[in-house]
Amino acid sequence: MFQYDEKVLKDQLLELVRRAATDLPEDVVASIKAAEQNEPEGSSARSVFGMLLKNVDLARAESTPICQDTGTNIYMVHIPEGVGMRKLTALIHEATTEAVDKSYLRPNAVDSITGKNSGNNIGEGQPFIHFEEWDNDYIEFKLMLKGGGCENVSTQYKLPDVGLGAGRDMDGVYKVIVDAVNQAQGLGCAPGILGIGIGGDRTSSHLTAKSQLFRKLPDSNPDATLGAMESKLLADLNELGVGPMGFGGKTTILGVKIGSLHRLPASFFVSISYMCWAYRRHSMILKPSGEVSYD
Amino acid sequence: MIKLQLPISEAAIRGLKIGDEVQISGLMVTARDAAHKYIHENWPEWLEPIMEDSMIYHCGPVVKKHADGSWSFVAAGPTTSIREEPYEAAVMERYKVRAVIGKGGMGETTLAGLAKSGGVYLHAIGGLAASLAKCVVKVHDVYMLEELGVPEAFWHIEVQDFPAVVTMDSHGGSLHKTIKAQSDEVAKKLIFG
Repeated sequence: MFQYDEKVLKDQLLELVRRAATDLPEDVVASIKAAEQNEPEGSSARSVFGMLLKNVDLARAESTPICQDTGTNIYMVHIPEGVGMRKLTALIHEATTEAVDKSYLRPNAVDSITGKNSGNNIGEGQPFIHFEEWDNDYIEFKLMLKGGGCENVSTQYKLPDVGLGAGRDMDGVYKVIVDAVNQAQGLGCAPGILGIGIGGDRTSSHLTAKSQLFRKLPDSNPDATLGAMESKLLADLNELGVGPMGFGGKTTILGVKIGSLHRLPASFFVSISYMCWAYRRHSMILKPSGEVSYD
Repeated sequence: MIKLQLPISEAAIRGLKIGDEVQISGLMVTARDAAHKYIHENWPEWLEPIMEDSMIYHCGPVVKKHADGSWSFVAAGPTTSIREEPYEAAVMERYKVRAVIGKGGMGETTLAGLAKSGGVYLHAIGGLAASLAKCVVKVHDVYMLEELGVPEAFWHIEVQDFPAVVTMDSHGGSLHKTIKAQSDEVAKKLIFG
């Protein structure tokens, strides 16, 4: 039986939230630094990248949010057999409320019917918590903060798409992704990172797309076809010239991560989850011994 | 780098063109989605002295309340502006607002409004929240906090050396249109060969 101290775990979850909101992961920082070096001296793209990096340093040093839109808090939690989900949910809620009090998070949950902000970032479906059971003997909490600007340019296509000449194959998948990034321009706080879900139904397709965003930027897809598609899209999308904030430049997209699901014969969805440059994601592992580590 | 001090004249604003980098100092007000809807339905007179010859900042901040009741901004980058497209040209004309600050640019109605009433669109850097909060040197007041909530309330703030780029001007220029036209061409080639 997996046992943990509730008060201690709540504080550890609060630390996970603090890191997610204030500390941009190293793989993302490295990618932005490379993009900065790739732009000519004196260009507005290079100056924007420089400002982004300064902001990242400041947020980390002062433990304040990188972006004021602390987003939908998306939790992917892996648990060993027998660990209760309701208690973990309650602890995540407690940590969330405390994170608002400490100004790590903005109160970001608005009642869709009344328009009233709940004030503590808790509401129906907020935060979003997805549990899966696994064979390991430890618990893993993965957390991503995904802001509204990039969520608003995220989209879902169904193939075929006549206007784009996109059929029900990988070439069709490629075309709709190019279209989505061109339509997004700088609105999702470019340069963005794309999580793609091919297949599934409308819900599972988007969930797959979002799950892909938990991968590290320099990794490679275990599936050769998808890996080749990721590389081709990354190169081609950066030809669009949208650049940081849509001001023009050589880096429009920092990474493309694709997953696929089986689909119904009648359905062929392509879901595109656009993540902003403030690609805030961290994870925490809780061992049965009580030992905790963060990534 | 062009320094802009608020309040600012229509003539000074009409002197700006797309691509100009500016630094703003003085008093401005935040207003985003719920605030714009509220203005459009009520056209309140109390906003007149706050907005005339000043700027609207599309921002929903993270704030901190101090023991003495005062507020400070902790994180305060721009939010996406295009959602205010149905309202902004009319709001700017009615209140003589000289600029809106946001991200992502706005559409044709706003662009025409900028030319008509004398205004510009200033693009701040999205996700620059920690740095831009440092530019907010004082929170003077907050309006409709209870009704609208923290992100959506009207925050009357004093900024110093707040950096932004003119991406839409009062002469019909829009950097967003230029970049979109270029990327449309590339996208067409990638999609249709």
